[in-house]
Amino acid sequence: MVEDLKKYFRTPRGIVKAVDGITFSMDLGETLALVGESGSGKTTTAHVIMGFYTPTEGLVTYKGIDIGIPVEKRPLWLKREIQIVFQDPATSLNPKNTVKDILDAALRVHASGTKLERLNKMLELMNYLGLPEEHLFKRPTELGGGEKQLVALARALAVDPDFIILDEPTSALDVSAQSKVLKTLSRIQRDRRVSYLLITHDLGVVRNISNRVIVMYLGKICEESETDELFSKPLHPYTQMLLSSVPAMTKEDEKVLPVRIESRGEIPSAINPPPGCRFHTRCPFAMEICRREEPPACNAGASSHVVRCWLYSSRTRV
Amino acid sequence: MTSRDLSTIARKEREVRLENLKRAWFRFSRNRLAVAGLIILTTVVVMALSAEYVTPYPSHAGLYINFEERYQPPNPKHVLGTDMYGRDVFTRVVFGFRYALMMVGVVLGIVVPAGTVLGLLAGYYKGTLIDHAINGASEVFVAVPPLVLALAICSILEPNVFNALLAITLMWWPWYARMVYSMTSSLRNEPYVWAAKALGMRTVDILFRELLPNMLGPILTKATLDASWVVIIGASISFVGLGAQPPTPDLGTMLSEYCRYLPAYWWMTLGPLLGIIVLVLSFNLIGDGLRDVFAGE
Repeated sequence: MVEDLKKYFRTPRGIVKAVDGITFSMDLGETLALVGESGSGKTTTAHVIMGFYTPTEGLVTYKGIDIGIPVEKRPLWLKREIQIVFQDPATSLNPKNTVKDILDAALRVHASGTKLERLNKMLELMNYLGLPEEHLFKRPTELGGGEKQLVALARALAVDPDFIILDEPTSALDVSAQSKVLKTLSRIQRDRRVSYLLITHDLGVVRNISNRVIVMYLGKICEESETDELFSKPLHPYTQMLLSSVPAMTKEDEKVLPVRIESRGEIPSAINPPPGCRFHTRCPFAMEICRREEPPACNAGASSHVVRCWLYSSRTRV
Repeated sequence: MTSRDLSTIARKEREVRLENLKRAWFRFSRNRLAVAGLIILTTVVVMALSAEYVTPYPSHAGLYINFEERYQPPNPKHVLGTDMYGRDVFTRVVFGFRYALMMVGVVLGIVVPAGTVLGLLAGYYKGTLIDHAINGASEVFVAVPPLVLALAICSILEPNVFNALLAITLMWWPWYARMVYSMTSSLRNEPYVWAAKALGMRTVDILFRELLPNMLGPILTKATLDASWVVIIGASISFVGLGAQPPTPDLGTMLSEYCRYLPAYWWMTLGPLLGIIVLVLSFNLIGDGLRDVFAGE
């Protein structure tokens, strides 16, 4: 679906290589998580897929069609199939409109129908997501964070999409709201067979709902694997560092983490990314070659487990 | 779901709207001065609309001469005195409200929607030809001091009320266009606008259903405060003889006619002056109240 995608931004201080050549594809009905620190390019990737930016280079295809075009120029059926849920529902829902206005706007664009039909659909959706009917006439500011995010989700679902991009869907919410939203997301996927592209830095969320994980660092993919495999056998030092940064509450948590690496340093600027492996400036295992050459993609362990790191270069290359 | 439920929901919607209005009124009414302004303005509007019935001498509004009663200081028969032709000043001021209010209505009725639409377009299409065309045009008008521009237009064209209105309208729209432009160019990057685009909403809907409601507060507040400026500028144009012509009972025209009789017949000038003050004050008080209403939302 995404092939050698690059997105550069011109800024007064130089060209920011937000996404620098990434390739991945997704299956229908699966959840793929894009993980990484702030500045790793995961949100940029999502926005390119949505058409908020056009790719600098590379291809974004959906069902075999090139969709590297701005959202305004996309055909209506395509907008209907791909939807997005933003990080902060306080800004992704218009504060002046009621829940009814918000959902009705979405319904009017695609499934026209009479006023009554649209209202029925709205109530059905709210019911399905566990939102009480009386919220219909409330404004987003009158709702709680979790409820707001459910309304944002309802808006996306209103057009019956096949593919939803979840851009940090829970990071603006408190813990109890998070679990409710996550449960709802899983339920939607069970009932409707939608695919999710989950953008997050919260590994707990990843473990909860995704099948596959891609770990990104400074615009590049460093590791790609099934979720369980990644959590039990993280290979890339960056992945290990991310996993180590999750606070362990119990002895069991402690055991789950196979390796522990102290997190150090900050993500370097994407204007002048380090040469070779981009992680070498923070990597505890950095070798001479890491500073010079970019690591190749290597197959490690399970066939779907791909890592880009010189530590594993002796293994089969992909 | 049956149609009965639909009517229940429609009723609920009306209730919620009413509730919101009540809250807005509550915030407005906490500002006592704003309420006073509203009461004054309502009285003025009612008086102006029914000037023929509420003034003691409706025939004094236009051409009327009665030398026996001229130059009378304020007295029970003529509360604001009479002028050099023996006309009742109070009557003329009330008729003057008509012209002032009509000016406010016409100017704001054109300027606010036009400026808002142009500002929305320029802001939404920031950086494109549309933006440059609209902003370029507005800069031309903004570069010239408003009153000077209005006077220039009025002196080129025939001096009458219509041309005065035209002049004020032409010089005023850029201020709304600019205000709306700056709000639009920051709001257009809000995630809810992106969400609307992702859904495939039409641009018109994004402009008027998503963006406009978020700017209504500042626009209405500015319009109310500007109403008093329209009164002042309209009076100024008439004062220098380029707007309404005598014997039209326009507040500015009256001022310029009567001020020649200062200081001996001071009450003649006092009438139209009070009229302007009452209008300006009430608009400003209401504007302050509206600001409170929108700030509280």
